[in-house]
Amino acid sequence: MFKEEYALMQTASPAPNTPATATAPMADVKMSARQVRVHYGDNEALHGIDVDIRRNEVLALIGPSGCGKSTFLRCLNRMNDSIEGCRVSGSVTLDGVDVYDPALDVVQIRARVGMVFQKPNPFPKSIYDNVCYGPRIHGLTRNRTELDEVVETSLRRAGLWEEVKDRLAAPGTGLSGGQQQRLCIARAIAVSPEVILMDEPCSALDPIATAHIEELIDELRRNYTIVIVTHNMQQAARVSRRTAFFHLGNLVETGDTETIFTNPGDQRTQDYITGRFG
Amino acid sequence: MSFSLTLGVLLLLSAAGYWVGRSRAANLVARGSGRLHSLPSYHGFYVALWAGIPAFVLLLAWGVAGDRIVEALVLAGLPDAQTATLTNSERALLLAQIRNEAAGIGFGTPEPFVAAAAERLVELRSFSAWIVSAALIAGALAALAWALRRLAPDLRTRNGVERTLRLAMALCSALAILTTLGIVLSLIFEALRFFARYSPLDFLFGLQWSPQTAIREDQVGSSGAFGALPVVWGTLFISLIAMLVAVPVGLMSAVYLAEYATPRVRSWVKPVLEILAGIPTVVYGFFAILTIAPLVREAGVTLGLSVAANSALAAGLVMGLMLIPFVSSLSDDVINAVPQSLRDGAAGLGATRSETVRQVVLPAALPGIVGAVLLALSRAIGETMIVVMAAGLAANLTVNPFEAVTTVTVQIVSNLTGDTEFDSAKTLSAFALGLLLFCVTLCLNVIALGIVKRYREIYD
Ligand SMILES: Nc1ncnc2c1ncn2[C@@H]1O[C@H](COP(=O)(O)OP(=O)(O)OP(=O)(O)O)[C@@H](O)[C@H]1O
Ligand SMILES: [Mg+2]
Repeated sequence: MFKEEYALMQTASPAPNTPATATAPMADVKMSARQVRVHYGDNEALHGIDVDIRRNEVLALIGPSGCGKSTFLRCLNRMNDSIEGCRVSGSVTLDGVDVYDPALDVVQIRARVGMVFQKPNPFPKSIYDNVCYGPRIHGLTRNRTELDEVVETSLRRAGLWEEVKDRLAAPGTGLSGGQQQRLCIARAIAVSPEVILMDEPCSALDPIATAHIEELIDELRRNYTIVIVTHNMQQAARVSRRTAFFHLGNLVETGDTETIFTNPGDQRTQDYITGRFG
Repeated sequence: MSFSLTLGVLLLLSAAGYWVGRSRAANLVARGSGRLHSLPSYHGFYVALWAGIPAFVLLLAWGVAGDRIVEALVLAGLPDAQTATLTNSERALLLAQIRNEAAGIGFGTPEPFVAAAAERLVELRSFSAWIVSAALIAGALAALAWALRRLAPDLRTRNGVERTLRLAMALCSALAILTTLGIVLSLIFEALRFFARYSPLDFLFGLQWSPQTAIREDQVGSSGAFGALPVVWGTLFISLIAMLVAVPVGLMSAVYLAEYATPRVRSWVKPVLEILAGIPTVVYGFFAILTIAPLVREAGVTLGLSVAANSALAAGLVMGLMLIPFVSSLSDDVINAVPQSLRDGAAGLGATRSETVRQVVLPAALPGIVGAVLLALSRAIGETMIVVMAAGLAANLTVNPFEAVTTVTVQIVSNLTGDTEFDSAKTLSAFALGLLLFCVTLCLNVIALGIVKRYREIYD
């Protein structure tokens, strides 16, 4: 019965990713988490997560509210560092290098692993300054021409260029919600990250803006590795190649999106996907 | 019957009205005459308000005007031979004499007609008090009964009570506004009297301030010049020094508190800063005289400069210290109001803490910070005690911080204290200075509040 549903979910979307045929070779792993546990004070929010994120694939994280999806996402670029009382144990590697190595600079990690948040959060600066903020602080460009180029390519990639090219000096906060979110995506890709983390990037947007962003994610997949948290099953089905299902701080199962949606291995996954709880 | 006793009885009546009204309303329901429009307690309040408020207002009116009426009656009752020829001030003197006699603190043996009038005054007073109290209490009872009779299930008592409460609150805020208005008017009035003697243009743009006027013809240095510029300059100069201290230090400590400090540190530092804000300015004045001024003098001497005892620098520094908690606590609020999502956004792009603060948080908070600084400036300009103690009296138009300058507030204080006639130009000039000060701080406050408000609108 899931087969038809899955087919239905796919209709309004870009072409589905071809399912992985066999287990990917090790070289394809971009990031991997091993036994990741997260404590907020005395409360353990994640109980040992193991997952591999493969190069140039879209991994969707789904699961009921409060199960730890955002927490896990924030582990991947150490955004948990600044949260009071939050401790992370286990290992997270990026291209085989431990992200939590004290010798490593968190600034570099975040330049390589970018993030897009649930609520669009453009800086109260011009559209241009929003996009060039990252390149500026990392010194990625040598002169104004290069900077202009980076801003234009990033905005083009984010599908926003045509709408804002005549008002780059206008404040970013003056855009519509969907435009703001695409601006935030442009801001993230302007740093040329290798991985982009997205935490419910469409939850504040209407269906049309959502469709925009989904197309964009499909586009970005070619150059970036993407991890996306979503509450929208159809969205997970449309944009992701693999899906990980979280429940109460555990990773229940990970697999090809089609498999998870049509033939889940765990009763909890099946219950969640068919909407029996959530 | 005394004022307070009547008031007590009225309160009791009111309370009784509440209970009776409430239980009457509850009975209405119990007897099954339909659902009440308002809750029983509103019916109670309705009766209580009717019983209490009109009588209370009348009582207040009597408290204000009653004595005058009685005294007028007494004066009118005096034999014509005694009052016909009196001028107004003589009449007031006579009245005072009668009053003192009535209170038993008369001086010497009074003339017989005064003694008679005093007796009559005492009689009339107690008689009128009885009459008024009795009338008010009877009126209150009548109002109570009337309100009780009106109680019915569909009587909209809730709306009535709400309206009364709203009116009461509006009256309270009107009081604040009226007070402000009164202050401004009295300032303007006295300032006008000053400007009748001294040209406003000379006052605003004159370069010479020496308010001493000659008592004798042959005195020296007694021109009585009222050019306010040197005084205004002194205020601005000291305020500028204060802001140079308060703004950087206050802002940095706000940033530290809001962005870097752990909750533990914050829970210690914030109260300490607030204590600093609570120290009376007189104490800052001591500090300026006893500690900072000698330090400044020594520093100046080491540099080979001559330093006045009341240097502008010492007063400005201490005033700056006083303003640090003011600036830091306002800026702290503003910085905390910058949404966390902006910080996350910058951190997610790989910005360090200080880059985030400098490039994202502070620009976002800037309008609010400017507002805070302007508010601090208006406090610096209006600050009195520190400068009275630590700044000089001589009006100098100088930019040397080691020299003494005087400020608007210092001149107001020094011109109003001591033995001076009340309508000399020197005394009146204080009011003109006060008006000037009021206008300047008012403008600053309006600008600052406008900026802060616009800032709020962006993020709320
Ligand atoms: N800053 C924090 N301090 C303390 N506990 C936290 C914090 N953030 C999250 N938690 C706890 O960690 C658990 C996982 O939260 P998380 O935000 O990761 O859930 P989520 O899966 O993203 O939920 P949602 O779908 O609602 O966003 C929850 O139980 C939550 O209460
Ligand atoms: Mg979440």
